[in-house]
Amino acid sequence: MAENFQISKEMQAVIGWESSPWDCEVTATSVRAFARGVGYTDLVYYDVETAKKAGYRNLPAPPTYLGTPIFIPGKSDDYLPFPPDSMPPLEHGLTGLLDGGTETEYFETICAGDTLTCVNKLASLNTKESKGLGTMLIMSTEATYTNQDGKVAAIQRAQVILY
Amino acid sequence: MAISWEAIKEGDIIPELKKCPGVTQLVKYAAGSGDFNPLHHDYNFFQSKAIGTIIVHGRFKYATIGECVSNWLGHAGRIQKISCQYRGMDFPDQEFTCKGAVARKYEENGQKLAELSVWTENAEGKNTTPGLVVVQF
Repeated sequence: MAENFQISKEMQAVIGWESSPWDCEVTATSVRAFARGVGYTDLVYYDVETAKKAGYRNLPAPPTYLGTPIFIPGKSDDYLPFPPDSMPPLEHGLTGLLDGGTETEYFETICAGDTLTCVNKLASLNTKESKGLGTMLIMSTEATYTNQDGKVAAIQRAQVILY
Repeated sequence: MAISWEAIKEGDIIPELKKCPGVTQLVKYAAGSGDFNPLHHDYNFFQSKAIGTIIVHGRFKYATIGECVSNWLGHAGRIQKISCQYRGMDFPDQEFTCKGAVARKYEENGQKLAELSVWTENAEGKNTTPGLVVVQF
């Protein structure tokens, strides 16, 4: 928690930073695992024939699912579904972290068999006062997911709250 | 019968979706999403101990909003945009309900669109996850 947290010039200079790209696989098994994890009963997300009858080329990714990053021991994060270097290098000194919000905009249908390459960007930094948590830093990021055909399939905007 | 842009109208309520995820469901979601933050399955994790319990992934509620709209849509259109904000924590073995309504029906650049106001409500009726979905028919 910070009482008088301020966004420094050094932090301002990081706005616009872009991460190295990383690949997310959308496979039949990963689509089924996500659908099962949420609790879907719609067979379109599990059975390829049903998906094709509904007009999809393969099992479609359920809303909010953008594939699973390829896991490499020692390189990938052990806990979170994105690489350790996907977050902007900010020296804010804050230790508390909360998920503030998520927005996903889709431009292409995402199906099993797709590989999406993701690049994360620091879009903006803001502060907000909280009675319980003091001055919070709101970090807004924008992750662009490009498919194997070079088309932008989705953009995911997220707010991370640091306090 | 599948829904259509012509048939829906502003103010229409979409069928609600109730969930009461236990630890096993949250573990399944962790595996499916790749989010293994221990705060969502490990009662001995320091942050779980500080809160007094593990908590439901915010993105599980985000995904539930997606499921609720997907069930209503029945593949008659596609979700163009889906967003939500995480305003309050939800806990395992406690029921929450995803609700939604058609807020706006419009045409833009030749596309037939509908904007839905969506949210999840906990057992006390508190809106913990307000959101917005744009559907293209």
